[in-house]
Amino acid sequence: MDGAHDMGGAKGFGPVVPEPNEPVFHADWERRAFALTVAMARPGGWNIDMSRFARENRSPDDYLSKSYFELWLAGLETLMIERGLVTREEIEAGKVLSPPKPGVKPIAPIEVTPAIRRGGPTEREPKAPAMFAVGETVRMKNIHPVTHTRLPQYVRGHLGTIELNHGCHVFPDTNSLGQGEDPQWLYTVRFDGPELWGKDGDPTLSVSVDAWESYLERA
Amino acid sequence: MSDHDHDNHGHHHHHDHSELSETELRVRALESILTEKGYVDPAALDLLIDLYEKKIGPRNGVRVVAKAWSDPGYRERLMKDATAAIAELDYSGRQGEHMVVVENTPEQHNMVVCTLCSCYPHPVLGLPPVWYKSAPYRSRAVSDPRGVLRDFGVTLPDTTKIRVWDSTAEIRYLVLPMRPEGTDGWSEQQLAELVTRDSMIGTGLPKQPGEAA
Repeated sequence: MDGAHDMGGAKGFGPVVPEPNEPVFHADWERRAFALTVAMARPGGWNIDMSRFARENRSPDDYLSKSYFELWLAGLETLMIERGLVTREEIEAGKVLSPPKPGVKPIAPIEVTPAIRRGGPTEREPKAPAMFAVGETVRMKNIHPVTHTRLPQYVRGHLGTIELNHGCHVFPDTNSLGQGEDPQWLYTVRFDGPELWGKDGDPTLSVSVDAWESYLERA
Repeated sequence: MSDHDHDNHGHHHHHDHSELSETELRVRALESILTEKGYVDPAALDLLIDLYEKKIGPRNGVRVVAKAWSDPGYRERLMKDATAAIAELDYSGRQGEHMVVVENTPEQHNMVVCTLCSCYPHPVLGLPPVWYKSAPYRSRAVSDPRGVLRDFGVTLPDTTKIRVWDSTAEIRYLVLPMRPEGTDGWSEQQLAELVTRDSMIGTGLPKQPGEAA
């Protein structure tokens, strides 16, 4: 969706402000919200693309007024409510008002380190040969899905060059909707600064995105 | 906890921990709901937090870079298959399943961003800093990277090309900075002192020999 999360090239946000000796978390609730989100994914039965969509699928003013971990918390609440794990009333009341959903098994402490070290690889066996070759010029499609996509607006319609082929990877646009992994070839596509930002764009700049095959068309 | 100490002394008002924010209360309540329902084990949450605060952090990436600077064979393996080379040092997994290392040269400086959320290579750098997740960085890194570098106090020669990697998929990028001049004969441990987190994101440069701790 064309939401406030898609920030590449937006103006008016001001300078980047680095924080010397920054801690990993800035409040205890950030620790717990982070851990709850990571620990609920498997019992909750959602994937990373569903999580991302749950965080970004909101009005621009809501998205921009929340801190990073506030967005994580809001996303977690949405995902759990959608699946009937908790109710909105329980979250607002801050206490249990209905029985647990049966068959939901928590992550045990002994499982934590192995699960993190394993992660969730997204590469899959190819089912067809790659359509595009490294070095080829391609055009990014001009698409505006109302659902989750990982094709940022600032590259849509622009010409780029295939720089790397990463193999076939789970396609977020379908995976976020529970419509299957639909693995597709994933490429790094590089763009020249002026192609993206016009004649005043920095000529020494190039930018790349990682793009699934169905985001691309022949130039 | 300091709350407890204060309770013992009988004056617990106007204390940092006695006035909890709405969000703090909401998260606490949520954790107790999920625990009571049997969906989470708080001991597993404690372990997760401990992992990300104590074990998974930029010092892991520092080891990767220092080894690449001092061991040409390792550098070659790292550039060819970063995921495998990083796993040699026992770093792997969540948000680093598919790693690519990009090398700075006198001709090209690399910078990594995630404009759509805040993707970041956790096994080697830990969780991202606030600025990396912020709108200013996510909006400007792809259109005005030299301006972003100025915010970090870094100026590159006008002739150096800037290459920005927007992490829009599950590929995670680590910048291999240039080994500083004047470090001939330095050990891997000495070189590690020069590697900063920001130099591995591309918003900073390594320390110079005189700046090492």
